[in-house]
Amino acid sequence: MGEKILMKGNEAIGEAAIRAGCRFYFGYPITPQSEITAYMAKRLLKMKDAAFVQAESEIAAINMVYGAIATGVRAMTSSSGPGISLKQEGISYIACSELPCVIVNIQRGGPGLGSIQPAQGDYFQATKGGGHGDYHLIVFAPSSVQELVDLTMDAFDLADKYRNPAMILGDGLLGQMMEAVEFKERPKVNLPDKSGWTLTGCKGRKHRYIVPFDLDPRVLEKLNKVLDEKYKRIKEKEVRYEAVNIENADLVIVAYGTVARIVKTVINNAKKEGINIGLIRPITLFPFPEKIIAETASKINKFLVVEMSLGQMIEDVKLAVSGKAEVNFYGRTGGVIPSPVEILEEVKKYL
Amino acid sequence: MAKIIIDEERCKGCELCITACPKHILVMSEQFNKKGYHPAKQIKPEECTGCAFCAMICPDISIEVFK
Amino acid sequence: MKKVFGRPESLTDVPFTYCPGCHHGTAHRLVAEVLDEFGIREKTIGICPVGCSVFAYLFFNCDVICAAHGRAPAIATGIKRSKPDSIVFTYQGDGDLASIGTAEIVHAANRGENITVIFINNAIYGMTGGQMAPTTLVGQVTQTSPYGRDPKTMGYPIKMSEMLSTIKGATYISRVALTKPAYIVKAKKAIKKAFQVQLDGKGFSMVEILSTCPTNWGLSPVEASKWLEENMIPYYPLGEFRTPEEVA
Repeated sequence: MGEKILMKGNEAIGEAAIRAGCRFYFGYPITPQSEITAYMAKRLLKMKDAAFVQAESEIAAINMVYGAIATGVRAMTSSSGPGISLKQEGISYIACSELPCVIVNIQRGGPGLGSIQPAQGDYFQATKGGGHGDYHLIVFAPSSVQELVDLTMDAFDLADKYRNPAMILGDGLLGQMMEAVEFKERPKVNLPDKSGWTLTGCKGRKHRYIVPFDLDPRVLEKLNKVLDEKYKRIKEKEVRYEAVNIENADLVIVAYGTVARIVKTVINNAKKEGINIGLIRPITLFPFPEKIIAETASKINKFLVVEMSLGQMIEDVKLAVSGKAEVNFYGRTGGVIPSPVEILEEVKKYL
Repeated sequence: MAKIIIDEERCKGCELCITACPKHILVMSEQFNKKGYHPAKQIKPEECTGCAFCAMICPDISIEVFK
Repeated sequence: MKKVFGRPESLTDVPFTYCPGCHHGTAHRLVAEVLDEFGIREKTIGICPVGCSVFAYLFFNCDVICAAHGRAPAIATGIKRSKPDSIVFTYQGDGDLASIGTAEIVHAANRGENITVIFINNAIYGMTGGQMAPTTLVGQVTQTSPYGRDPKTMGYPIKMSEMLSTIKGATYISRVALTKPAYIVKAKKAIKKAFQVQLDGKGFSMVEILSTCPTNWGLSPVEASKWLEENMIPYYPLGEFRTPEEVA
């Protein structure tokens, strides 16, 4: 067991990536995630068989990742909303090419240049593809610095397992906060061998290529079906969530990341007033934990979705609830973090 | 002694080889190939010096040169 | 008799999909011959672009990845940094390298990335059907400059070799043409020198190849070659703009 150390969220992501074997980082500074880039520079520039490049743009950074992962190494990039938008072209190419990488989005207020305070307005972008074409990322929503560490490491494993880009969807609060973390010994996982598809030079074999296109619509449709099958497998096997106090709750809140932390305080505060609140906290946003929400909806008839957005995840909650319960929404935007008091006030409206 | 072999099926009839040949012994065939092009054809093969200019300028690598 | 000219091993047997007279084929062959002569085919990774040569992965008998439009130098950076013992080249057109990918090419050169860039400048967008390129000449008629390129509103044709040769990280920059055997011999030498620079670990190298696009220029291949010599070479002079000696 490792010892607990106090670390800033963004730096913890960097350290977790390095411990997961990532030796190649390509990024571009943007608040509130710049500490990831700086941490990777500090560490990787001193390591052998490693590279850190501060790219000329987010577009270039994701394409450097694209090149590196094509050779079979673990690589990552990180950014915040506006920069993630720029990366979408490359992410779509990587998804189409079925290459594994990790992309970190430490969300900030939007749209446009927005603000630099925490927000959750990139949920649609992260979970519905984000760029052009039909594809999905595996999306993790950490809620503590410890989870930033654990899920970053898991993201590399799952990316390799499914040959799919994975995203850590954090926010400015998680990135900037300091908490005690432990870098746990991880059990060895068996991951698929990459040698069947990497570009390493064609010594001793036929030349191979990675081409994210096909002009024959039937062939391209086949590729889309392969992706669809993969997403179905991911939905079957990789759903993660935390359920708190949902058995006899008067109302169940669905929230992720920073907001879910606040809701845990709300649950305790509400108890003192005799109000019984439950929480379903998706840890994976894609695949979305729709089954537990559907099951809960057949027992509890009131839901409240709380997000730091105008209401994005609520659409997935409503699909899962499928009309079986009432689904309400409370959101703050622009970088404003909802307080426990205002969330409890909101809960009371529906009881 | 030199000779060239023109792969008529690869030739797209661009005529660049005709302009490059210093001996002026390449012409367009009156026949069509499968793609519908008139391929290049050598006349007076005995005058070929094997300079390979035709092969060098051919964008489709349709000409092999032997010496 | 011995074969003195044939298909290089670094090309597959797949016939080129290019239009009659298009110089892409010749450019492909020269790159392939250089890979053969250095014996580096099996450790080479090429990056093909968006455009007519998007199909280059079918033709080059080495590992190939296809880039988004303009991004090849960034991908090349990722490959070379993660696999420094590989030989990495990008193959890019003028829309790709000189328009949508200007940031990527400038900064790959500026970092002195140890890669080789083959830049095809035919002064037009080929695959999309003949639109104006950043390298389209003043007065040249294209689909999107139907009255001729007017520098007042469309700018002047951009000289990438000259521009990149001002960058300290660029080691070898050369411009060549393929309209006649003498030029082709020089082009091959330039490409060989560019790959030599990479093999020596000396940094960024680029060969700009002036090329024809007979189809979109609306000329026969022979006329197109003549047009290139009479119009493009005077504006885009051939020669070396930066050499390893200068850099050393």
